[in-house]
Amino acid sequence: MSTHHHHAKDFLFTYVFSQDHKMISKQFLVTGFLMGFLGLVMSTLFRLQLGWPGESFEIVELLMGSWAEDGVMAPDKYLALVTMHGTIMVFFLLTAGLSGTFSNLLIPLQVGARDMASGFLNMLSYWFFFISCMLMLASLFVEGGAASAGWTIYPPLSALPQAIPGSGTGMTLWLVSMSVFIVSSLLGSLNYIVTIFNLRTKGMTFTRLPLTIWAFLLTAILGVLSFPVLLAAALLLVFDRSFGTSFYLSDIYIGGQVLDHSGGSPILFEHLFWFLGHPEVYIVLLPALGITSEIISTMSRKPIFGYRAMIGSMMAIAFLSFIVWGHHMFLTGMNPFLGSVFTFTTLLIAIPSAVKVFNYLTTLWKGNIVFTPATLFSVGLVSTFISGGVTGLILGNSALDIAVHDTYFVVGHFHIVMGLSAIFGMFAGVYHWFPKLFGRMMNNKLGTLHFWISIICAYGVFFPMHFLGFSGVPRRYYTNSEFPMFDDMLDINTLISMFAIGAFIGQLFFFFNFVYSAFRGPKAPQNPWKGNSLEWTSPVEHFHGNWYGEIPHVYRWPYDYSKVNAQGEYVYGEDFIPQTTPLGEDEKDGGH
Amino acid sequence: MTILVVVAVILVVIVGSQLLKIAELRAASKGELIYEITEKEGKLHGLTMFAGFFVFMGFFFWQMWAWYGLKLPVSASTHGVDTDFLANLTYVIITPVFILTHAVLLYFCFKYAYSSTRKALFFSHSNKLELIWTTVPSLALTVLILYGLTSWNSIMTPIPEETDHVLIEVTGQQFTWTARYAGEDKKLGRSHVTLIEGVNATGVDAADENSKDDKLVKGEFHLPVNVPVQFVFRSLDAIHGAFMPHFRSQMNCVPGLKTQWNMVPTITTEEMKKITGNPDFNYVLMCNKICGAAHYNMQMDIIVESQEDYDKWLAEQKTFIE
Repeated sequence: MSTHHHHAKDFLFTYVFSQDHKMISKQFLVTGFLMGFLGLVMSTLFRLQLGWPGESFEIVELLMGSWAEDGVMAPDKYLALVTMHGTIMVFFLLTAGLSGTFSNLLIPLQVGARDMASGFLNMLSYWFFFISCMLMLASLFVEGGAASAGWTIYPPLSALPQAIPGSGTGMTLWLVSMSVFIVSSLLGSLNYIVTIFNLRTKGMTFTRLPLTIWAFLLTAILGVLSFPVLLAAALLLVFDRSFGTSFYLSDIYIGGQVLDHSGGSPILFEHLFWFLGHPEVYIVLLPALGITSEIISTMSRKPIFGYRAMIGSMMAIAFLSFIVWGHHMFLTGMNPFLGSVFTFTTLLIAIPSAVKVFNYLTTLWKGNIVFTPATLFSVGLVSTFISGGVTGLILGNSALDIAVHDTYFVVGHFHIVMGLSAIFGMFAGVYHWFPKLFGRMMNNKLGTLHFWISIICAYGVFFPMHFLGFSGVPRRYYTNSEFPMFDDMLDINTLISMFAIGAFIGQLFFFFNFVYSAFRGPKAPQNPWKGNSLEWTSPVEHFHGNWYGEIPHVYRWPYDYSKVNAQGEYVYGEDFIPQTTPLGEDEKDGGH
Repeated sequence: MTILVVVAVILVVIVGSQLLKIAELRAASKGELIYEITEKEGKLHGLTMFAGFFVFMGFFFWQMWAWYGLKLPVSASTHGVDTDFLANLTYVIITPVFILTHAVLLYFCFKYAYSSTRKALFFSHSNKLELIWTTVPSLALTVLILYGLTSWNSIMTPIPEETDHVLIEVTGQQFTWTARYAGEDKKLGRSHVTLIEGVNATGVDAADENSKDDKLVKGEFHLPVNVPVQFVFRSLDAIHGAFMPHFRSQMNCVPGLKTQWNMVPTITTEEMKKITGNPDFNYVLMCNKICGAAHYNMQMDIIVESQEDYDKWLAEQKTFIE
């Protein structure tokens, strides 16, 4: 009896309330993907409405119930889906799911630590995230439906239940959920920062850190500095909604009566929101850039080109991301002079971004590229980062933003540069570090199929949106059929929706591959990709502490791939030199 | 029906798992590891990537060809011509960047796919290269920033009082627009939500002398061609976006705040019908800031006409006091 009890306890603390960073990483990954799947389903549902407006679909009625009488979703429920899709994808999948998974997995393993600085806080971070997921999902089932004011929840729309039903209990739950989410994110980020600063193994100087770690570090710093501002914004909104204050509300007449609020300004909310909102773009993007830098270098069997320039450009991006938030607000009534300042800082971000792209290209040049699914998705990221990045020059320029602001041009732009890049980075990471996560290998053929369906369908969905934008089609429209000038656009929308359905089906291959491989995949060797960084020196099997015996010491940077001596032969007989190999007598460290 | 679907899904999953297992066993029997990419496979990946470049560019140019005609017609405002020019200038810069970087990226994938007989080049940094790709984008950006800021400043400068212009207040509310002309005195009377009552749906202050000759219209509003228009925007409830795509104009309407926008319409509705070849063409004001369930249907027509026609139309409208 007592042993049985012991087993139950073991199970509880190994799989549920685990303080081991590797288990927490898997918890974040699985939870993030489940949320992401729901976000994907939502987007597929509203694509049905946009592609075939007003047409009845059994599946819509089945999944949405009373939100979609006769299989056609109600206009405000369309907005609820859009809002939840955005919130889930940005925060739950690409912030917690991406950072939570890979920061947790790789920080201790790549810096050479037995675990995070605080395993307990790390566990709390996951459970706060879990609670916030539950609250957000619960909001789908309350009266009035889920929050429907867009993922940016601008008041007064989000503040007044009279304005849209979703701004009732659904919005309250949204705000509570996000507050809990922010707590989770802060606990995680602080832990990541402290671990990177304090727990590096002997010899692991900052210029020997893999770029993944640099990316996670900068991401965590961005999170710590910007998420509290969203918490403040959310709390003030809670006050406005529930306690009669007027931080954001003034001079409102709705539902036949004048409200008591006066003196507040929604612009204040916009400033607070985007002070997080813009760094958030890079909280989502930087980990993906770090992951793919590592993968592209490893899989092209070449050192990453411009290691220091890569770090420098990530720092520049992180810094600039704090002073560009106003480019979301050029046309909100903000002082036009501020618009000029934000145009200037925004376009500056193109410089470090361009440096990163060129460094990726040079890394591939004269490489010896092994095309695993992780490599394919990394190349995909470089492509989406370019395709989505260049249109940023249109949107970031206030004089041009006038023509395309809040149109489908914006939807196309940010989905490609932020959404696709981040999710491709995440997929690349999952394929690459699956052996570290589950001790098994994923299936390459399915992975390749997943990549090609994903990239074809993703471009098929988002590229045409730019053309909708040129035609002036505004975003967040339930249907375009009320405007005769948009009649010709219906075919484009139908095409986009077909690609969206294709993309959905493509992801099923991934989920199948993921679940199958986690349980049944072939056993992984310790270092399947012949990588240099420290995680590949730790055993395949998981146990708390990561290494048997002493933690390995580090003697060189992680990018000594294909290093040859004067005779043109590999220095140590292989095309890679792990960080644990001491420097030879005439060898220099780093990219010299 | 639902049960059938569930059964089908379960069957597919089982068959899929078995197929994967068979593939693994087959590889194992040949002494291969299923997760290793053979050289031949790698070459095929590289080739597919390179082919992907042509498909992608084909798709890009096909869209340009198929949908170019759907874009908004020539800008019907003076600043819009400037905006369009700057947009085209930006496209001239970014399109080659987009194409060339993709060509390089996908060609490298093809050219440098894994070969056991070749060694990758240990090439870890070059200050010269970094300098080049920091400077070149910086120069291109300087042009765009300078041009952009100049245009932005000229667009956002309000029309001076003494210049002859039309003053219009546009009020957004769920889910309709109201336009108010300043009238003879060229001054808009005060307005506030607390004054909303009955037919006075936007809360114009009847006690204000300036209000008396103001004219309120719904459904459509008219503008004289080639005369500057100063817009003032209000909102009564949520934030709305006053978007006039044909004039490359938009500004948010924010409750508790008056926002502004000005433009000079240059093409009358009749002329635009000829330009577009569409006899039903109409300029339109639409909402593009999410504002509630019927956000997708919040519109007002705009008629641009000659000064005479405009004067005639305006004279027919009732003043506020009437």
